[in-house]
Amino acid sequence: MTAATANLEAVLATREIVIFCGSGGVGKTTTAAAAALGTAVRLGGKVLVLTIDPARRLAHALGLEGLGNVERQVPPELLRTAGLEPRGELYAAMLDTKAGWDDLVLRHAPDEETAYRILENRMYHNVTGRFVQSHDYIAMERLFDLHASGTYDLIVIDTPPTRHAIDFVDAPARMAEFFGGRLLRWLTMPYRVGGKRGARFMSFASKPFYTMADRILGSQFLQDIAEFFLLFQTMYDGFVERARAVERLLHDRRTGFVVVTTLEGAPLREAEYFCDALVERKYHLSALVLNKALPESLRSADGWRAAEVLVHDAEAIATKLVDRGIEGIDDVEPTTRVLRTAGETFRSFAIVATRERELRDELERIPDAVAVVPALEDDVHDVKGLAAMSEHLLGG
Amino acid sequence: MTAPAASAPAAPVSGLLDRRLLFFTGKGGVGKSTVTAAAALLAAERGKKVLLVEVDAKGDVAALFERPQVGFEPVEVHPGVHAMQMDTEASLREYLRLNVRVPVLGRLGPLASMLDFVATAAPGVKEILTVGKVCWEVRESVEGRADWDLVIVDAAATGHVIAQLDSPRAIRELVQVGPVRAQTEWMVELLADPAITALNVVTAPEEMPVSETIELVARAREQLDVPLGCVVVNRVLPEPFTRTDEPVFAALRTPAGTAALTDELGAGAPAVLDATALAVTLRRSRAVHLTELRRSVDVPLVYVPYLFVRDHGLRVTRMVADALGEELGA
Repeated sequence: MTAATANLEAVLATREIVIFCGSGGVGKTTTAAAAALGTAVRLGGKVLVLTIDPARRLAHALGLEGLGNVERQVPPELLRTAGLEPRGELYAAMLDTKAGWDDLVLRHAPDEETAYRILENRMYHNVTGRFVQSHDYIAMERLFDLHASGTYDLIVIDTPPTRHAIDFVDAPARMAEFFGGRLLRWLTMPYRVGGKRGARFMSFASKPFYTMADRILGSQFLQDIAEFFLLFQTMYDGFVERARAVERLLHDRRTGFVVVTTLEGAPLREAEYFCDALVERKYHLSALVLNKALPESLRSADGWRAAEVLVHDAEAIATKLVDRGIEGIDDVEPTTRVLRTAGETFRSFAIVATRERELRDELERIPDAVAVVPALEDDVHDVKGLAAMSEHLLGG
Repeated sequence: MTAPAASAPAAPVSGLLDRRLLFFTGKGGVGKSTVTAAAALLAAERGKKVLLVEVDAKGDVAALFERPQVGFEPVEVHPGVHAMQMDTEASLREYLRLNVRVPVLGRLGPLASMLDFVATAAPGVKEILTVGKVCWEVRESVEGRADWDLVIVDAAATGHVIAQLDSPRAIRELVQVGPVRAQTEWMVELLADPAITALNVVTAPEEMPVSETIELVARAREQLDVPLGCVVVNRVLPEPFTRTDEPVFAALRTPAGTAALTDELGAGAPAVLDATALAVTLRRSRAVHLTELRRSVDVPLVYVPYLFVRDHGLRVTRMVADALGEELGA
């Protein structure tokens, strides 16, 4: 990537899918929403933000409350009220894992009856609700569908809060592996192969497992599980094919990844690990967003000197200020308190800002495009806030 | 104490460290692991022998004591604090060894992939192996066969902790017979005993952590028998100015005030005033969430001040432990 294109705006302009990832609490959802808004406003086209778990006020701001799986346009009036003149259209949707799974079953089951048997299976609800990486997989599925529909010029998605941020890109492959796994076939075999031959074969291969599982869990439980997986296996071919297609799309040049982090130790380590893992897996790591960064002015040497004086000589400075007769500054005692507090506050924040800078210098080399978003005064919770954030993300 | 309006009664939390099993949960990014490690450090400094169990995190807990990563076997990471990392496969092996005579264990092949299968298929299996191990350590200690005064768990994040703590009951409902069912009975009892167990929530005065905390406390009340301990509000920024001092700061922020201060202090004065203004607005925007939390949660709140650091280690763990110590009382 050349220097001229190395910014987030260029990434958003050239990719068809941009995936925002990072560890919990770094502002991923808000960043993704702000990037989508900024793209729709500045670059035009139809932009969709697919979000996982937005804060209530943000969901409200985007008109997402109670929408479930349906995409909806953010009303242009709402954008204009916030002082924006959008060139394109902004759409938003939330991810509903349960509905996503049901769609999947209906699509891939060999016939309607099997589909309904799966949907009614006692295990199905538990498994899809808590499946290892269930959310991740459904998010990727839905992304694939929306992209294939060709409706949107750009789809921006924020990723589910997984234990390790990298998990979700592996989800399609893992899902295919799981349903095609030898282990699964082996385990469900006694239920698939009837008659004497099956029983004999079972006693040979999987009996120890069943003996133990029976003793620990009870056989009814195990049978329920087996039936569920047997039903699920009928979907195998469609499922695996689909998972592979999703994986190809994620690897495609049209898909870019943006890693979001704050300048704190743990999220930064996670971000670094994530950048490495993406590159290693040959995904397109496009940009890094450093969120909630403290202002540069905190690292000014003049500021530090001024703060030192205030901490040590607040009273002398206060006396001089009161002598000047400035309106509102007429009492030495509270003025001293305020000046000392200001000096102490600057020093505290300056230390943090310096550490942030050090961490940032160590990290900045990774992707070419880096966007820095300052610590904003309030939580971003409306279109105006998102617009302000998008200015920092996309550049002034 | 940092938060001026911390009026929650101190009594209900004062005995918190005298229980035997404390779970700490919280949204990602609020400092759950640091607060959990600090609670362990505080308890150890008060003479208790503590087992610190890391369940969900990434193997960082020992780093909070400046020690290398630990495994399933507890390692003393600080005087009085042993740490271990949960490993469901190891937990299953231990369980099988102790509870079920399974002569075929050696022939089972890769236990890990079997566990993956069962845990994927059967909701609650990974959770029960985690909670089961923790409960087992507590019961052994209560009955005098192990010597932990206190087991502290860096538990699953808010989204998952209910499933984790509810797993003994969930398994009891799913599994009709067999030793597993019998095992779950005593776990359910131990987890519900307010003299033994408490679930604590770590949060920060920001929108998402606060709304997750409110939701979690309500859900825990509704769905769990596990008693609630306290809500630890981490990273509380101090209120820089009193009501009488605020107008003075406002006067300094006017062009005339800033110019006068620049005369006295040099070119750095505006940067100092800007930083202070940032502190004021950050505090103010967080105060809203703090108020919301106080209004919506009837669990004692414990405040830990915002620490002006950017990385973690024993020094920060100790600072948080000191803050917790002041709040929790002797």
